[in-house]
Amino acid sequence: MAYTLLTPADRQEMLKAVGASSVEQLLDQIPADIRLGRPLALPAGLCEQDLTELTAKLAAKNCSADSHVCFLGGGAYDHFIPAVVDAIASRGEYYTAYTPYQAEASQGTLQVGFEFQSLICELTGLDVANASLYDGASAVAEAVLMARALTDRPGKVVIAGSVHPEYRATLATYLTNLSTELVTVPVPSGVVDPAEIRKHVDANTSAVVVQHPNFFGCLEDVEQIAAATKAAGALFVAVFDPISLGVLKRPGDYGADIAVAEGQGLGVPLGFGGPYLGILACRQEYVRKIPGRIVGQTTDRRGKRCWVLTLQTREQHIRRDKATSNICTNQALLALRASVYLTALGPAGLRETADLCARKAHYAAAQLAKIPGVKLAYDKPFFKEFVVRVPGDPAKLLADLRADGFLAGLQIGAHDIAVAVTEKRSKDEIDRLAAAWARRAAR
Amino acid sequence: MKTIATELLNELSRKGRRCHHVPASDVEADHGLPASALSAAPPALPEVGEIDLIRHFVNLSTRNMAIDTSFYPLGSCTMKYNPKRHERLAGLPGLAGVHPLQPDDSCQGMLQIMYEMQQFLCEISGLPACSLQPAAGAQGELTALYVAAAYFRHRKQTHKSRVLVPDSAHGTNPASAALAGFEAVTVKSGPDGLVDVNDLASKLDDKTAVFMITNPNTLGLFESRIVEIAKRVHDVGGLVYLDGANMNAILGLTRPGDFGADMQHYNVHKTFTGPHGGGGPGSGPITVRDFLEPFLPSPMVVKDGDRYRLDSDRPLSIGRVRGYFGTIGILLRGWFYIRTLGAAGLREVSEVAVLNANYLREKVKDIYAVPYGDRCLHEFVASAKKLRAEKKISAMEVAKRLLDFGFHAPTVYFPLVVPEALMMEPTETESKETLDQFAEVLRTIAGEDAAFLKEAPHTTAISRPDEVKAAKEPILHWKR
Repeated sequence: MAYTLLTPADRQEMLKAVGASSVEQLLDQIPADIRLGRPLALPAGLCEQDLTELTAKLAAKNCSADSHVCFLGGGAYDHFIPAVVDAIASRGEYYTAYTPYQAEASQGTLQVGFEFQSLICELTGLDVANASLYDGASAVAEAVLMARALTDRPGKVVIAGSVHPEYRATLATYLTNLSTELVTVPVPSGVVDPAEIRKHVDANTSAVVVQHPNFFGCLEDVEQIAAATKAAGALFVAVFDPISLGVLKRPGDYGADIAVAEGQGLGVPLGFGGPYLGILACRQEYVRKIPGRIVGQTTDRRGKRCWVLTLQTREQHIRRDKATSNICTNQALLALRASVYLTALGPAGLRETADLCARKAHYAAAQLAKIPGVKLAYDKPFFKEFVVRVPGDPAKLLADLRADGFLAGLQIGAHDIAVAVTEKRSKDEIDRLAAAWARRAAR
Repeated sequence: MKTIATELLNELSRKGRRCHHVPASDVEADHGLPASALSAAPPALPEVGEIDLIRHFVNLSTRNMAIDTSFYPLGSCTMKYNPKRHERLAGLPGLAGVHPLQPDDSCQGMLQIMYEMQQFLCEISGLPACSLQPAAGAQGELTALYVAAAYFRHRKQTHKSRVLVPDSAHGTNPASAALAGFEAVTVKSGPDGLVDVNDLASKLDDKTAVFMITNPNTLGLFESRIVEIAKRVHDVGGLVYLDGANMNAILGLTRPGDFGADMQHYNVHKTFTGPHGGGGPGSGPITVRDFLEPFLPSPMVVKDGDRYRLDSDRPLSIGRVRGYFGTIGILLRGWFYIRTLGAAGLREVSEVAVLNANYLREKVKDIYAVPYGDRCLHEFVASAKKLRAEKKISAMEVAKRLLDFGFHAPTVYFPLVVPEALMMEPTETESKETLDQFAEVLRTIAGEDAAFLKEAPHTTAISRPDEVKAAKEPILHWKR
């Protein structure tokens, strides 16, 4: 079962070659008193067919975006994934390779890294991107650590309360042991007030972090925030939705210094939250403080253009405790998926996808707002997600709607539900959701 | 000459060409976005047709070596076979399509798998509590150090400011220590390649928070004085952290919790064969002793009766280190693997990994001396020192030339304690024939002309790249 290939004869021959009478003898460097004197307490092994049956049974206990119509968002979205993404990402030459330590035997992975960086620069309007990070939440933390090092202002970081709560929580963890104060600006009305941000930014503040569109789906006044941040000498870390950039201004165009994102929407399955894709891009002058792997172009001995991992003097295997980050890999396979996705869509496809999300979200919001007692929580422009306020218990309503075949949204607080609408949702599905919602709410 | 793969997407791009088509809008609604927020045009992404895209990425893929194409004895990376059944099962809609923010009662199957995975990892490490959240090994280390910091803060032992790290450790150890707010202090290796216990003892004091140790270490040797080491660390009130990079050597044979570790991380993508993906995703869960459990990241999967749920009510928790719950896709593959192998299969993994490594070691050691240890566990570090002195053939030359023979290179120049290091980890999934062929090629290379080797590899897609130029004049994305 262990995918091993040695025949009894192989074993004998190999043991003889190493001068041991048994494998046990090879293990004698492990002191006897700490050897495990019993088998591990684990279930017995299963053949492929039995494992497949067991897994299918467990998978069938889950609702999913496949079994239900998904309006659930909160940073992870049910976007359509073209078949070319899986066709490419399921090639063993990509997914069973490792970090390209030998560039000559890894030009596939390396060139994809370079293509990914090129796509992200174009997508964000910024000068440099790394080859990816773990996910959106940790990318926010890495961006802030980067800003902290660049500004040499370790004291304080200001973040809008409209940034995804899990990103804020992750950042808080990263800052806990670094004596950096994390100030969260309250957002009572759906978007953060740039004047409130300005109030909190002082001479010891390294970064202002704002998400646009934000956790509630609303558009922030990013140009004002960028100006206020710049005036105070801090760096503006913008958290973006990559799909939104089909229609919205790019972070580089509205004044972001560092832009980060959860890249899941770019061809990555929902997968209960991972593996996802952290995206980080920044202005040219910050390149030496970027965390993680970066691919660069060069030439080989015959003058051929090729690609290598570069600027490695930033990294942990050389700098150890002085490195810009402790990260030693990227999310190469997810960066590959995103690269294929963005290429498959192209400029027109990305614009149409973003436009469809926005239109369908606005249609859905209008339908839900017609239900007695239901109203939009915020009177602000939004992109593909919006928050509705309901009179009753959102948890009960969401459970009822799940029984009707919908993952209808995400409960936020005591009375609110965030509803996300991607290009995959048809008018019919939205109408059916509104009808079921009205029926359930009336009871 | 075919150039399609080496052209960049932007160079293949032709205005107006398309691959994916988006459906027409079926709703009568405006996009509702204010003009001030809109861009004039979408980002200028490449414009290619579907066949262009497929040929480009397929041809590029052929410029990679991978486990599916080649023996890949990259030391410390555990490049074992990635079973195909895992790919199909992880892609089941009832797993791949689960949204991370679904209520617990709508994903009981997923939570059961994750709960069992926590239990399995606890049993294998001999440590009773587990967090699956860390995104990779390096983040697992960092998370464990956050847990240690929270533990000492809770005990009001804020003087615990130092993390001790052996000089042979992976660079992520000291980097994680610094990021967690600790001072990293280096501990020397002794002449036997193991931790120098005297040097360790001289650096242990009341300020010691954590000693990070990799066992088996990066030389493939078991730290035979580990129990004494752990006792010494505990005697000054410190915690022992086990870097689990080399767990493939000890599955079912010995357990970190039984030899004194208080915390450890796993690299699920190595030990339990999640594919490495060209450099990620990884998955770096940690297991800890009971007194550290309250500080683990939130949420965790718990079981109440026959129901599973995510528990976020953990007041002493360090909080989150990433979004949602963890690298589920890799954790699922780890669970498939452990369910396939069971206890006997896992033990066989380690036994065969050790036998394969010792056999390969024996076949090459007369030419590539192995300076540390008479035997090894799952890997060993050979040296091209003699070749370098006698024939001016360096470890780099050997590594590059191996590529010509269709073998991936071992890890080179690490750990630093071995000059001209070639770190080889064959793993348990390779046959004797493959090991014989690889050894034979290593011997052949040693007999080749040094000038010829300096130009190696000769048959790969590119010859040696100019890394200095890449760093000096960085070109990091396509320019018009």
